Amino acid sequence: MPNLKSPLLVSGGPEKRVFLGEVDAMAATHVAACYQCGKCSGGCPLSFAMDYQPRQIMRLVQMGLADEALASNTIWVCATCYTCTSRCPRDIDIAGVMDALRFMARRRGFRPGDRNVGVFHRSFLNGVKRFGRSHELMLFVEYKLGTMRLTEDLPLGAKMLAKNKMAILPEITKGRAEIAALFRESARGAEKGGDKL
Amino acid sequence: MSGQSVRYSYYPGCSLHSTAREYNVSVRAVAQAAGVELVEVPDWNCCGATSAHATDPFLAFALPARVLLQAEESGLDILAPCAACYGRLMTAKEEAHRRPDLVARFEKAIGRKLGPAPRILNVLEFLAEPKVTETIAAGLKRPLTDLKVAPYYGCLLVRPSKVTHFDDAERPTSMDKILASVGATPVDFPGKTECCGASLGISRVDLVVELSGRIVQQAKHAGAEAIAVACPLCQTNLDGRQGTAAAKLGEAFGLPIYYITELVALALGVAPGRLGLGKHLTNSLALLRQKKLA
Repeated sequence: MPNLKSPLLVSGGPEKRVFLGEVDAMAATHVAACYQCGKCSGGCPLSFAMDYQPRQIMRLVQMGLADEALASNTIWVCATCYTCTSRCPRDIDIAGVMDALRFMARRRGFRPGDRNVGVFHRSFLNGVKRFGRSHELMLFVEYKLGTMRLTEDLPLGAKMLAKNKMAILPEITKGRAEIAALFRESARGAEKGGDKL
Repeated sequence: MSGQSVRYSYYPGCSLHSTAREYNVSVRAVAQAAGVELVEVPDWNCCGATSAHATDPFLAFALPARVLLQAEESGLDILAPCAACYGRLMTAKEEAHRRPDLVARFEKAIGRKLGPAPRILNVLEFLAEPKVTETIAAGLKRPLTDLKVAPYYGCLLVRPSKVTHFDDAERPTSMDKILASVGATPVDFPGKTECCGASLGISRVDLVVELSGRIVQQAKHAGAEAIAVACPLCQTNLDGRQGTAAAKLGEAFGLPIYYITELVALALGVAPGRLGLGKHLTNSLALLRQKKLA
């Protein structure tokens, strides 16, 4: 078990540790244990597209540099493949930290470090809220309108429609009142600020 | 076991009703051949997938928790063929133990109590269940002799292992064994558990072309004639993006991306015409004809 009280790995005074504590609580992990071995960054399939490597994100959190971490494109480019989490010798749930940072970024009004990814997630959840199930054709259209990337992937989309891989009409969960109640509870929890991951 | 009816609760998830219809067909075909009954979870909803766990911690738990609740009445183990659905259901099951606060909010919002979750199976676990292995052992109608297939596991079946407790996070072998059991030749390759780019498939096409292209390239260079997958998103990305990747890399791929259940169903004698292999974007019938399997 890593030594969770390793103060040498955390710089700054108590005020700098507030952010670290919040991230740890949300992701139920212990970022202070990171000793910068870089195994997460070496194994990350998307590190080439990130402004900060996963290892650097851990360090930003340790140092209390919230703005840098929350504005990074790293947390949006992360595909949550869990390679980092699975390999971390200090047993830190790094992918869970990425989830926590995305959530905090959203709540604190940071623009997603990758706009298109942000629009995709929003469009996806809008669909689930509407029907209880995801409707890919509408997701595709809503995403396109949200990003104005109107021509990208049209040939692929047309092929999938032709092969009947995208339904024209949505499937609808009958218990939509329950789905709506869950979305309301989510919004209520976020307002109270009591959400933890 | 044999002779008795074996039943599972079945959670197809959204993809198996749309982009991965053929996956649904082949899972059901294998179940039918093995005499297994699949009982669809009544009035199921979306598990929330990446978008919920990436942006909304409550929904990330609550959406899959409702699926578990809907499945409760049947009292059966749940089969979830989509790797992402499987990962979300397993995570919700684990969180239900660890996070009484989430469970309380969920139950209050929905007005129903969440009971203990049953066993949740991914498709590879399902294919290793006694009824299915007995059926395979009892005699293959069409063994996939000479078919060299790279088993691609991707991320969410094997990671995080604290949640899935399945196979090995770095060098899994369960799909290799299933392929060998139906007469195919599993081809080991370095990309077995690399990420295809997953839900970035629409929002960051450039990245998915890069990642999926690398996986297909590694399989091809290792001598594979096809890739087997156990996830709709893996299939869509490897199948739909390999053309662009090949052009970028200056190579020719043309590797069919089969769902593992399609290959098992073929070997059990299900007619290729019934499986909807024509829905794949990369030609998946030519190779089978060449091997006299279709």
